[in-house]
Amino acid sequence: MIEARGLTKFYGDFPAIEDVSFAAEPGEVIGFLGPNGAGKTTTMRIITGFTPPTAGTAVVAGHDVQEEPLEARASIGYLPETVPLYTDMTVREYLHYMGELRGMRKSHIRSRVDDVFGLCRLEEYTDSLVSKLSKGYRQRVGIAQAILHEPPVLVLDEPTIGIDPRQVVETRQIIRGLGGDHTVILSTHILPEVSMVCDRVLIIHEGRIVVMDTAERLSARLGGVSRVVMDVRGPRDQIQQALSQVDGVVEVQLSDAGGRQQFVVECAPGRDIRIELARAMADRGWGLVELRAMGLSLEEIFLRLTTEDEETAA
Amino acid sequence: MNVRTIRTIWLRELRSYANSPNAWVIAAIFLGLTGLAFALSVTGRYPEATIRGFLFGPIGPMGAFFLTILIAPALTMRLLAEEQKLGTIELLLTAPVRDIEIVLGKYLAALTILTGMYSLTIYFPLQLFFFGSPDLIPLLTGYMVLFLVGAVAVAVGMLGSALTANQIVSAIFSLAILLVLWLFSATAALGDPDHAWTDIVTFLAMSEHIRDMAFGVLDTRDIIYFLSLIVFFLFLTVRAVETRRWR
Repeated sequence: MIEARGLTKFYGDFPAIEDVSFAAEPGEVIGFLGPNGAGKTTTMRIITGFTPPTAGTAVVAGHDVQEEPLEARASIGYLPETVPLYTDMTVREYLHYMGELRGMRKSHIRSRVDDVFGLCRLEEYTDSLVSKLSKGYRQRVGIAQAILHEPPVLVLDEPTIGIDPRQVVETRQIIRGLGGDHTVILSTHILPEVSMVCDRVLIIHEGRIVVMDTAERLSARLGGVSRVVMDVRGPRDQIQQALSQVDGVVEVQLSDAGGRQQFVVECAPGRDIRIELARAMADRGWGLVELRAMGLSLEEIFLRLTTEDEETAA
Repeated sequence: MNVRTIRTIWLRELRSYANSPNAWVIAAIFLGLTGLAFALSVTGRYPEATIRGFLFGPIGPMGAFFLTILIAPALTMRLLAEEQKLGTIELLLTAPVRDIEIVLGKYLAALTILTGMYSLTIYFPLQLFFFGSPDLIPLLTGYMVLFLVGAVAVAVGMLGSALTANQIVSAIFSLAILLVLWLFSATAALGDPDHAWTDIVTFLAMSEHIRDMAFGVLDTRDIIYFLSLIVFFLFLTVRAVETRRWR
């Protein structure tokens, strides 16, 4: 449905992305993961036909975005990073305008707009001015305009950024519901979001694709719980020794934070040994004040992935 | 080119003009000042039954021509600059719409508003018919050349609006181009009258091409001059919108 081959984009001498290639099957939800400035937005802008690539081609629904721009653009629904709305229009007027721009027939627009209001849960705000809407609802209007013309391909740039947590959950549900009918590309820098919403993950770092894999395999590869932070009251050296003896512990580090004894326990990848760790402390009668799993930050994942690749190369 | 898309954009911009106070304020200023110009021109010691006072202004340049040059940038500055500022240009340029359709839709909207203002001045010549016996031809050609000047001014305004996301910068830029076009003839007077450049500069001056028509003489050269300017500036505007994709 989407095929990108060797996409490269230079801004002056600066390469925003280099040699980005991937393909998306119909109905697939693909997540672009990467820190800010990694090149996610640039890649999306090339696919939507907003920016021409310096080199490489992108084919959307069988149309090359540069050779047949109008046909390619007609098969895409796009939500840019800053939700672009005309503040002087009501939600309904705005959606009608977007529908007409995409060449939909008036009667079709009318029925579709009502469907989309339901899908994006905008029923209460149909005749509100866009300028009066909160950020979360603007985001929904943005998604509404993207799916209005039932495009086979959806490109959503950071669809859950800057909205409150409850709305984030709802927005994710909306997006998840769109997969199957649409091929969806979405970008995010929130790690759990990818595993919740996407079938496949594509990690971009400094303009290049670092990893392309399914969400399950990626999280298996990176391990679930990898590090546990424990705050324990008791004899320091004995605790450290006891922790190291628990099956599955790789390393125990001690950090004194504000007079408290904190142990950072590095676990073998893919194993959750929190219960064993707690039992080891309780059996000996030491006071376990706190135990929490420390997830990997995006930066650590990049670090792991890049070093992992080097190891396999070596 | 898809006429339907142009119409969609045209209607949206017209609605936007109607909803914002700008166009109404500009129209009020235009009608007030041209009304004053007309009143002064027909109430002097030797009143004439013409609209030349309304077009050129009885004192200074404050007639419909010069006012058009002043108000056109104010009318057009929003059209593309705001889209760039709000980011809506990204949706417009990723919709299945050609750049030229965007430019023409917006251009025609601004021109429609301007033409609306002009048509509200029709009661000036109607008064002439009521109180005197004016020649019909200079009235018709006068309004025609006023429309052409307006069409050029709006095209220049479109270019200014396409070049920047800042509406004020856009208006100043367009006004500067229009003033240069308007004042070219004065620049020509500075140079050697026998030099070839003098002729070229004089030919490019807008003020040189409005006089005949304002007095009732139709010359195809003048009409072609105005049409070429309109096409030229709209072409540059489409190009400027295209470069938006590269930035």
